Amino acid sequence: MSAPRASRRLDGLVPWLLPLGLLAVWEAASQGGIISNRVLPAPSAVVIAGWRLASTGELWVNMGVSGLRALIGLAIGGTFGFVLGLTNGLSTKFERATDTLLQMVRNVPHLALIPLVILWFGIDEAAKIFLVVLGVFFPIYINTLHGIRTVDPHLIEMGRTYGMTSFELFWRVILPGALPSIFVGLRYALGFMWLTLIVAETIAASSGIGYMAMQAREFLLVDVVVLSILIYALLGKLADSTARLLERLCLSWHPAFQSK
Amino acid sequence: MTAGALSLGRVAPEYWREARETVPVSSAGLSLTVRDLKKSFGSNEVLKGLDLFIPAGQFVSIVGKSGCGKSTLLRLLVGLDKPTGGEFWYGAAPEEQHDKSAVRVMFQEPRLLPWARVLSNVEVGLGRARREKGARERALATLSEVGLGDRKGEWPSVLSGGQRQRVALARALVSQPRVLAFDEPLGALDALTRISMQNLLEQVWRDQGFTALMVTHDVAEAVMLADRVLLIENGAITLDLRVDIPRPRRRGSAEIAALEGRILDALFKDARAGEDA
Repeated sequence: MSAPRASRRLDGLVPWLLPLGLLAVWEAASQGGIISNRVLPAPSAVVIAGWRLASTGELWVNMGVSGLRALIGLAIGGTFGFVLGLTNGLSTKFERATDTLLQMVRNVPHLALIPLVILWFGIDEAAKIFLVVLGVFFPIYINTLHGIRTVDPHLIEMGRTYGMTSFELFWRVILPGALPSIFVGLRYALGFMWLTLIVAETIAASSGIGYMAMQAREFLLVDVVVLSILIYALLGKLADSTARLLERLCLSWHPAFQSK
Repeated sequence: MTAGALSLGRVAPEYWREARETVPVSSAGLSLTVRDLKKSFGSNEVLKGLDLFIPAGQFVSIVGKSGCGKSTLLRLLVGLDKPTGGEFWYGAAPEEQHDKSAVRVMFQEPRLLPWARVLSNVEVGLGRARREKGARERALATLSEVGLGDRKGEWPSVLSGGQRQRVALARALVSQPRVLAFDEPLGALDALTRISMQNLLEQVWRDQGFTALMVTHDVAEAVMLADRVLLIENGAITLDLRVDIPRPRRRGSAEIAALEGRILDALFKDARAGEDA
């Protein structure tokens, strides 16, 4: 084995040293009785709780329910945001007609609508999905609009002089030009997606990760509460990584993604 | 004296006749006739009734101080703006119809699509013909002509400024235009890259025989490349100078310097010594 390869392996370990060290200290403190199990269970206890819930199937059902809510909300809200961002970006008339209303709605924190949403939909699926839709709509709408507005006018003029049709101009110049900004919107939207879902599920739900955490609190199962939080972190990371991967695939032309 | 007809003010009809006789008419190039062309932006009259005839295949440089209307003229001639008055046409008569790809323009910025590979960027220049058989081969041949055939699969972002401008040139050339307009095409390049690009421009112009219209702020470049230099001041042509120096021309030769001096004198005739123009 050559020296550079070994050092590269060590390099890969560096980002994990701190989290792993913290875990070790936490475990030791819990086992030694310094941290009460009522405050924070030991990492091993959380793992055991996870194993228990996974083997009964409860964990998978709740994760599936939460994941499905997130995806449906993202699909609906993202589509609306994207389409409206496109139309408003391409047509000033349309923007003039809709922008005032959109800005007014945008300035209402969407979580403030929870009481109203519960009155409308009860604690049904529709309530959670509605809130997620609202949460992801604006980041995608605003960034799509911004992306389209900031496409280099020189490129559009170039496309026109080379006889591109409106469709070609959109497909070959405007959309690819707006894509980096749209991806920024998507990643913001993913953050809002989980945030909204967590709040909605802890306040009004009968299934899902948030509901699981709230049930556990009722029965003082701190390990399950911590487990739920960790699962949210994991799902969030997974969503962000997927978005990054997509970004890397779609924006391979961008100098920021051309690492050697 | 190597410089030919020098006329101030509007171009006289005699000059047109002379130009027609002395410049060999290229089958590839199109002549350009401009009649009383005007352009105003609000109350600001940028072009004040321009008359001009450019024979087919001629290389014309247009020089002038910034804001004199030279770029406006070029934008009108390639159809990027609409004139407020007057008319112009390519070929023998205004009624003659030409394909849109007959007139191409190259800008100071390469304006390449960053998300398209070099070869795809050249293919943009084919317009509708992009889907025809052999389009890719044509694009590749043109790319090789500007010396970048081996870079066809690269992203534009990895190319140097001069290489990007070469790709832009290939894109403009690929449809075999009959008129090629340049708006300060080398303005953003460093001195050495400029020289090699000037050589390339001259070479493709001689190979393909299109009519070339080049707006530039570099008087030496204008004299080096052109058959004829037009000086535009306050929206009118104030100097129309033939450059009869045989090609290949030698950079920095006395003849070129003399002509350059004459144009600069005309440009700064109002400025007193020591005063900044």
